[in-house]
Amino acid sequence: MIYDDLIGRADLADIHDKVLAGQRLSLDDGLRLYACDELPVLGYLANIVRERKNGDTAYYVRNQHINYTNICNKLCKFCSFYVKPKDERGYVLSPEQVAARVAEYDQAPITEIHMVGGVNPKLPYQYYLDVLQAMKQARPDAHLKAFTMIEIAQIQRIAKKPLEEIFADMKAAGLESLPGGGAEVFSDRVQGDLFWTKADSEEWLEIAQAAHRAGLPSNATMLYGHIENTEEKVYHLVRLREVQDETDGFLCYIPLSFHPERTELEDLPGPTGCLDLKEIAVGRLMLDNFPHVKTFWIMNTIEISQTALWYGADDIDGTVMDYEITRKSFTETQQRLTQAELLQRIVEAGRQPLERDSLYNIVADTSTLLAAAG
Amino acid sequence: MIADIAEKVYAGERLALDDARRLYAHHNLAELGMLAHWVRLQKHPEQVVTYNVGRNINYTNVCWVKCDFCAFYRPPGSSEGYVLPNEQIFAKIDELVAFGGDELKSCEILMQGGLNPKLRLDYYEQLLSAIRDRYPQVQLHCLSATEIIYIAHLSRLPLDETIRRLRGAGLDSIPGAGAEILNDEVRDIIGFRKDRTEEWLEVHRVAHELGMPTTATMMYGHVETVEHRLEHLDRLRQLQDERGGFTAFITWNFQPDHTDLAADESRWNGAKATGYDHLRTVAVARLFLDNIPSLQASWVTQGPKIAQVSLRYGVNDFGSTMLEENVVSAAGTSHTNEMSLDAMERLIRDAGFTPRRRNTRYEPVASPCRIDALQEAAHL
Repeated sequence: MIYDDLIGRADLADIHDKVLAGQRLSLDDGLRLYACDELPVLGYLANIVRERKNGDTAYYVRNQHINYTNICNKLCKFCSFYVKPKDERGYVLSPEQVAARVAEYDQAPITEIHMVGGVNPKLPYQYYLDVLQAMKQARPDAHLKAFTMIEIAQIQRIAKKPLEEIFADMKAAGLESLPGGGAEVFSDRVQGDLFWTKADSEEWLEIAQAAHRAGLPSNATMLYGHIENTEEKVYHLVRLREVQDETDGFLCYIPLSFHPERTELEDLPGPTGCLDLKEIAVGRLMLDNFPHVKTFWIMNTIEISQTALWYGADDIDGTVMDYEITRKSFTETQQRLTQAELLQRIVEAGRQPLERDSLYNIVADTSTLLAAAG
Repeated sequence: MIADIAEKVYAGERLALDDARRLYAHHNLAELGMLAHWVRLQKHPEQVVTYNVGRNINYTNVCWVKCDFCAFYRPPGSSEGYVLPNEQIFAKIDELVAFGGDELKSCEILMQGGLNPKLRLDYYEQLLSAIRDRYPQVQLHCLSATEIIYIAHLSRLPLDETIRRLRGAGLDSIPGAGAEILNDEVRDIIGFRKDRTEEWLEVHRVAHELGMPTTATMMYGHVETVEHRLEHLDRLRQLQDERGGFTAFITWNFQPDHTDLAADESRWNGAKATGYDHLRTVAVARLFLDNIPSLQASWVTQGPKIAQVSLRYGVNDFGSTMLEENVVSAAGTSHTNEMSLDAMERLIRDAGFTPRRRNTRYEPVASPCRIDALQEAAHL
């Protein structure tokens, strides 16, 4: 068969066998997948896992993004969003302002509020709980997903309490899950160069584990396309997989495509389209215990994200209504997609669009929408 | 679902039109990519992606045809119309050869323009021969079929005589622009004053008979259906069976901004063709056009990401450095007007291929580009 022949020429026949048998891929397998340039072969393998887990479905969610502060003392070199404390461009939204942002969209059919911010050393513990409560009151029916592990590390620093108590307080205030940001790449070398002030990889994973144990699921991310190497990426995926074996609390893996514009790393060329698709495929193949893999089109471009539906992605993040972190750094990228445009893309790629909520329950059968759209 | 087609591809058999139809309907993009790559490997077994050092020169924007998918033209009499003086054309070529080096016929000038009723065959003969005499480094890849038909018409000469005279003045090869979709119903809708399907094909047929190579193109994503695209590919393959004069096939989608076609809801549905559609289109083209040696990427319209991925969908050539591109840029393609050689080579390497410079005839060019010279020229 021609496909087997091409897989053999790519030297991935044994990995193909493992994938067909549902066996776990090793660290070395991960290195070989990254070393393979035969992009459609990687897509072919990843699609086996994707269709086994998620069939033809392409999930999307309608959510609202809020960034409560841009003040951050972490000084990460890959970030174009933050300003240092005392910078006149800095802002903090009060709980009332956050509630007002939520209220702006109260007619919009969103099911989730996604809120993250900088690590702002001035904010007291109570602020975070007040913000959660204010949002929940403003929109009780929306799922509250907030705070990366990095923000939780800061909150713990000021709260001086065990993580279990913090998560209990936050759940009481309305928190329902955590986004997976701030993981970057689990590597001391990369951290030492790019984000040395931040929680290290083991701390990130410990906080994720604590959240999962407290009944708060999360996502997991990896920021690629800067100075990381392949070994570091495979290690990252293997560590996520190990933690997932223990907690089963990760819903989704999201590889994040680095954008160098307006960061301290702007001389780097940034990841290519081939790398974007490879990250989706390798993530899908290595993370055999993650139910979902998401392509974030704001960073990948909608063209790559649509294509990624055949490279392992079953989730295409959504009709993003307001997302400031990336807007700052690449103004050219289209920031909004209407639901109809997104559905057309998914259908053109031969997938079945389903609107989900934060926990991957189906919100709407989109076949009626599609029929209405003609 | 396409196992029988995969077997045909594996056995090196020609695909039928219905096979191409089924491939278009086959959503599994990774499988299409693998099949297309297989064909590419048979034709180009080396892990090499070629590119060309070239420059677009649009010698005039005056055009009476007024195609509704075009945002570049100005009608005769418009105050914004221009014909470039020879000195300006030479200055542009000076920049190109400073960059591209002195090797004979190593740099490509892609010179095209509108159908300007003031310009007759003698204008073209003088311009081409002046360039040829001045710049032995330059390959003159000029004048689309539409322009050649018009020049022949204005000069009351048959096509073969017109092409012979242009060749005598220095024309080396003819670009494939203006093919759009080779179906007269579609042509009537998108640009009804333009040449017919048979006329476009005839120019290329005559050129091939005279031993002059040409390229073939397809512009999709406007009013055509998949059936029209298939018909287009079939017409190209039939013509190529006659003399084999097409060196390459290049396809891109309609760039709608500032065009009359995009403004007319009765004709265009407003949906710009996607990256997914582009990848399957190049893959199907690679599989179906078994007699055309090369497929070129279209990074100006697709952007660096999808253009790079297309190298894994049957495309074996990255096209031209294109120091200047005015036509689709006028229609709002957001991708920059020129791609630096470094960026192009990085995309090729990152896709797993070795970049190699070629000339218009796809022969290797040994001499390196002088990036410094280009930067200096840009600062002058």
